[in-house]
Amino acid sequence: MSVISRSEVEHLARLARIDMTDEELDRMAGQLGAVLDAVAQVASAVTDDVPATSHPVPLTNVTRPDVVRPGLSAADALAGAPASEDGRFRVPQILEEDA
Amino acid sequence: MSAVDQTIPYDEAIAQFDPVLGLEVHVELSTATKMFSGAPTEFGAEPNTQVDPVSLGLPGALPVLNAKALESAIRIGLALNCSIASYCRFARKNYFYPDMPKNFQTSQYDEPIAHDGFLDVEVPASEDGTKPAFTYRVDIERAHMEEDTGKSLHVGGSTGRIHGAEYSLVDYNRAGIPLIEIVTRPLTGAGDRVPDVARAYVATLRDLLRALDVSDVKMEQGSLRCDVNLSLRPTPQDPLGTRSETKNVNSLRSVERAVRYEVGRHAAVLLSGAKVVQETRHWHEDTGLTTSGREKSDAEDYRYFPEPDLVPIEPDPAWVESLRATLPEPPAERRRRLTTEWGFSEPEMRDVLNAGALDLVEATVAAGASPATARKWWMGELARRANVEGTDLSALPVTPAQVAELQGLVDAGTLTDRLAREALEGVLAGEGSPTEVVASRNLAMVSDESALIAAVDAAVAANPDVADKIRAGKVQAAGALIGAVMKDMRGKADAARVRELVLERVGS
Amino acid sequence: MSSSVNELVHWNASRLSEALVAKVVSSEEVTQAHLDRIAAVDGPAETGVHAFLHVAAESALARAREIDADRAKGAVLGALAGVPIGVKDVLTTRGMPTTCGSRMLQGWVPPYDATVVRELHAAGLVVLGKTNMDEFAMGSTTEHSAYGPTRNPWDPTRIPGGSGGGSAAALAAFEAPLTIGSDTGGSIRQPAAVTGTVGVKPTYGGVSRYGLVALASSLDQAGPCARTVLDTALLHAVIAGHDPYDSTSIPADVPDVVGAARQGASGDLTGVRVGVVTELSGEGYEAGVTARFTEAVALMREAGAEVVELSLPNLVHALAAYYLILPSEASSNLAKFDGMRYGLRVTPEGEHVTAEQVMRATRAAGFGDEAKRRIILGTYALSAGYYDAYYGSAQKVRTLVQRDFARAFGQVDVLVSPTAPTTAYRLGEKLDDPLAMYAGDVATIPANLAGIPGMSLPAGLSDDGLPVGLQVLAPQQADDRLYRVGAAVEARLTAQWGGPLLARVPEWKGATA
Repeated sequence: MSVISRSEVEHLARLARIDMTDEELDRMAGQLGAVLDAVAQVASAVTDDVPATSHPVPLTNVTRPDVVRPGLSAADALAGAPASEDGRFRVPQILEEDA
Repeated sequence: MSAVDQTIPYDEAIAQFDPVLGLEVHVELSTATKMFSGAPTEFGAEPNTQVDPVSLGLPGALPVLNAKALESAIRIGLALNCSIASYCRFARKNYFYPDMPKNFQTSQYDEPIAHDGFLDVEVPASEDGTKPAFTYRVDIERAHMEEDTGKSLHVGGSTGRIHGAEYSLVDYNRAGIPLIEIVTRPLTGAGDRVPDVARAYVATLRDLLRALDVSDVKMEQGSLRCDVNLSLRPTPQDPLGTRSETKNVNSLRSVERAVRYEVGRHAAVLLSGAKVVQETRHWHEDTGLTTSGREKSDAEDYRYFPEPDLVPIEPDPAWVESLRATLPEPPAERRRRLTTEWGFSEPEMRDVLNAGALDLVEATVAAGASPATARKWWMGELARRANVEGTDLSALPVTPAQVAELQGLVDAGTLTDRLAREALEGVLAGEGSPTEVVASRNLAMVSDESALIAAVDAAVAANPDVADKIRAGKVQAAGALIGAVMKDMRGKADAARVRELVLERVGS
Repeated sequence: MSSSVNELVHWNASRLSEALVAKVVSSEEVTQAHLDRIAAVDGPAETGVHAFLHVAAESALARAREIDADRAKGAVLGALAGVPIGVKDVLTTRGMPTTCGSRMLQGWVPPYDATVVRELHAAGLVVLGKTNMDEFAMGSTTEHSAYGPTRNPWDPTRIPGGSGGGSAAALAAFEAPLTIGSDTGGSIRQPAAVTGTVGVKPTYGGVSRYGLVALASSLDQAGPCARTVLDTALLHAVIAGHDPYDSTSIPADVPDVVGAARQGASGDLTGVRVGVVTELSGEGYEAGVTARFTEAVALMREAGAEVVELSLPNLVHALAAYYLILPSEASSNLAKFDGMRYGLRVTPEGEHVTAEQVMRATRAAGFGDEAKRRIILGTYALSAGYYDAYYGSAQKVRTLVQRDFARAFGQVDVLVSPTAPTTAYRLGEKLDDPLAMYAGDVATIPANLAGIPGMSLPAGLSDDGLPVGLQVLAPQQADDRLYRVGAAVEARLTAQWGGPLLARVPEWKGATA
């Protein structure tokens, strides 16, 4: 039984930017534990010499020419914005520069 | 916010510790479109006009790699003496930030397009001449492709800074612009010259990228951005110390200053018996200080995985070799060659380089001017003009061919230096080529002997007392007559010839 | 009641196409008939079929009139010009709401069309509206739609499958002759199976994903849904082909799926080698499902096919690998929904609320439980320290599954299995047991892991009177084989039944609220 602790779920929820109530965290921890139990078999199903597949169809070197294509107007770009001002997306205060 | 950090003077610090430097440079490529879509990349455009579903990260949008960006990445890698990956993929770097439309950055992680190279950097002698010039080999760990983020404008609070702002306004024009990140290995052995090595590396890299014609490399516009990593250790035999990562150091002088500052700060921390914190730091151009930013912790987990929406890259080796053939002469070599060919002194050449005038001087020489006159124009009158207008030399509305043409008119005796400057004025004002301006402004020197003689006779007649003095042997009195003639000719006469004529006509 | 039903809604797309070409009917009449049918059976959300989240009556009729006018002028039109279609709400439609079944995108109107939607417009199809789905295509029941479940036209108390339950139910309820679905682990095929309709997941890269809101990028594939194999092929031909806006789109000609469907309609499978997958039958499969499957296999033998049983041993790990790869990619793909640029924004109470707090509150309110579960699971599987054991191993299982298929397709032309282990279960039955719901995808997900095409077509009714699906799988870029085999089986079964299975779907009386 792979146990996933509540505090671990809390950490994951923070990484994923989802607020969760205590009740949700408990429920999620239980369900995730069960799912992880069911999927953990993958580790024992494979050996080191098996390559990983990231892309199901073996294409390589797909590029496009450096030519401008019609995009969106600022009005179209902002049409769905929850808030905008001066042609820009208005967002709440940002606490810290990242990356 | 953070209190001012303790520092000790640089010389004192560097005498007690061995510095280890690392530099991460982000270069914006000058492609017409973005890394993964056909949206345009014009700098300074109205906000959110250089966007499409991909650069806004709209649901359903998919990336397609810009062929020119890939080509530029490989050429940069080759110019940095890197190995080019025979197979590599993009990866997603997952973290949330409002100026990143998808909340992941499409980058390269453990499979960079170029890796394991080097760049030889000529570190100049110190200003006072006490420390000699030398060559330093900067080992390059990797160069990889990624995309830029949007830009936030912080509103409310003070002066547009992020702290204290009430809200932010985001413009995604820059989001998705192709970036190449060039990462050095830890650079050791620079000793007390570590600030000079840092500066020389960034300057050399900038020249190289300009020569490759892959980027505008305008540090002030952010098309070349530098992060400085620094750590200290007691001696070169000790393991590497804890490093700080100073972000967005965006001028050559700042690179040097930031390294100096961090050396002094690290030394103060270590000498106090404390430990250096691994963190990002912000560089403040105005004060020359760095301040503490985000602490690097284990909580930071980017959850990289191969980008499923982009397929792997396997560059054809024959193509890579054909790109190698397009590489320009390495800047250091070119500089050495031109210094010799042109007969410039080292300081003269350095000034030309620092002014970004090397290509301009070279083109002017190619158009027929002598190296000395070409340098005189670009580093003199034109540099003054660029300075006044706050623009780059290359942005002035005059071509190297026109500068050579102007100098040709001086050499032919058609213009004096003063007239040439006036002609240049006309060229810069958009009045046409030097020859056209000379004609339209009627600047050519009067070479008609009879007109000159008439003017001299008139001056003599108007100033009989002066003429008498000259006849009496006071030859220096001729100056007043020469001046009168030159004024009459509106400067367009050869002063030496006028003097001869004055003495002749007075009959001394 | 039934006398008021316009007969046109029972016509298949190919029959509509012929009638339109012959000008026996107009696109406007056909479109109006379907809009009337939708008005009659689709609502209200509490008791209707609820296959549609958005009905674009006005623009559909305008488009139909345009097609009629073009046809009157003698314009050369595509085979399906003037035929109405429903589009799963996971594809962007310019000027038409696109919600992905989520509160997160309530009211969002995309500024661009998905490539598939552009292809539909270019071919003259008439878009009736957007069909219901599990939120962001996460689910097998359509119960995870933020706008309420779709009901199975065979029995309103039962699930229509998912995530594309809306697209399948719309066909079975005669609200549209054609629909578009998307299939990440069976979201086209399983709903087809439990509603007695036909659905195809094309080869990965066969149909553009541009404008298909991503769930798991390396597994997602849009595809055609219809009531017959030929109709499905006609729609497949419209939407398939290379798209320079999708890096994973295959730059090759589309196999002749329509030709294959016509060839198969003769009912002859002489020379076709069929493999029955050992691992996709037996334990866990309902008796009624197994019985219909066995009969279908016998039918293929009668049709001249050479049938063998084949073992693909690594398929036993496919479900586990899928439920690691999908959440991992989904956790990243769904990160963009943060309330900053479009869609829902929830601002918590208080002063000096930060962007991060708004993101967290928005995502808490905007995503349903199933979406949250998968995002958290994916975040976990990609974390440093767990990546190798979970995501890394799952990608390796993927390699083993691909190798198993490669070996199998060295011996046979197609593989067959039941599409789903059960018929449609009751709404709410597995709502609180995610693992039980996931287990229903066991037969469909191997195709997504391997990138191969798969079809589900009706195999008959189980003992409980509910439809059973037959799944046919083919190698990458051999989608035409699905149509050859599917059409042959369909022809023989229809002959046995004396008409299409959907002729037996009960008249819609609605659910009791």
